[in-house]
Amino acid sequence: MSLAQSIVQGLAGGLMIGAAAAVVLLGAGRVAGVSGLLARALHMTKACGPDGLAAGFVIGLPLGALLIALACGPVETRFPSLTMLLIGGILVGYGSRLGSGCTSGHGVCGMSRLSKRSLVATAVFMTAGFATVAAMNAAGLAW
Amino acid sequence: MVTRSSFLGLFCGLVFGAGLAVSGMANPARVRGFLDLFGDFDPTLAFVMIGALVPMAIAWRIRRRMDRPLVETAFDLPPTDPIDARLVIGAALFGVGWGLAGLCPGPALADLALAPMSAIPFVLAMALGMFLQRLIGR
Repeated sequence: MSLAQSIVQGLAGGLMIGAAAAVVLLGAGRVAGVSGLLARALHMTKACGPDGLAAGFVIGLPLGALLIALACGPVETRFPSLTMLLIGGILVGYGSRLGSGCTSGHGVCGMSRLSKRSLVATAVFMTAGFATVAAMNAAGLAW
Repeated sequence: MVTRSSFLGLFCGLVFGAGLAVSGMANPARVRGFLDLFGDFDPTLAFVMIGALVPMAIAWRIRRRMDRPLVETAFDLPPTDPIDARLVIGAALFGVGWGLAGLCPGPALADLALAPMSAIPFVLAMALGMFLQRLIGR
């Protein structure tokens, strides 16, 4: 795929992500942070009672990706080793809850709101991500 | 309200997941490429961010003129400060995990449908991490 093509697809997909998050905000009055919605759907927060928005969103998300695969052909994916997935998964889960958000909550919803917390969180996780990949390259763990 | 919210959540989840698949961000290798700033850098994620920030920035402006959201009785939004150790340490741990696996929560859920054999272990580990944080953290 050419760079121009990936930029156009990135912008188009980004607009869809932003539009979905905008409807969550204006429709349900909440932010579309996937880590938060997943935790609520799994009943892993202090909030009690069923959370229809979170449950619907978490079920809809993979179905939306599946629809694209069915309509436009296979979506390319390449993953690291199982060890990397397991260590990464624990850190992503733990860190997103401790830091109250992930790329969607802080990165998309918070930054567009000019939230101080989200601007700092996004700067920190981006820097940590850059450093981690650089360290993996240096350690010969590139994949 | 649960029914209307569930339907809204399902619809938004569908569009959000479709957007992740279209943008290429459901591919961990692409995300890794963006984070490979000093190596084989792939700028796509920056354009996904730009694309997503535009509708959201407009939505925050519209929200200022709304007394209540369309299907709920009140807005329920997270705080915008303070900046404390929890926020910074949590974001740093998240960033390390994101860099190791090339996956964050949204793409991981999308990949449950696209590549379940790889996504399921990650999502289970992520749920375990969330559970551990709830257990240990306050």
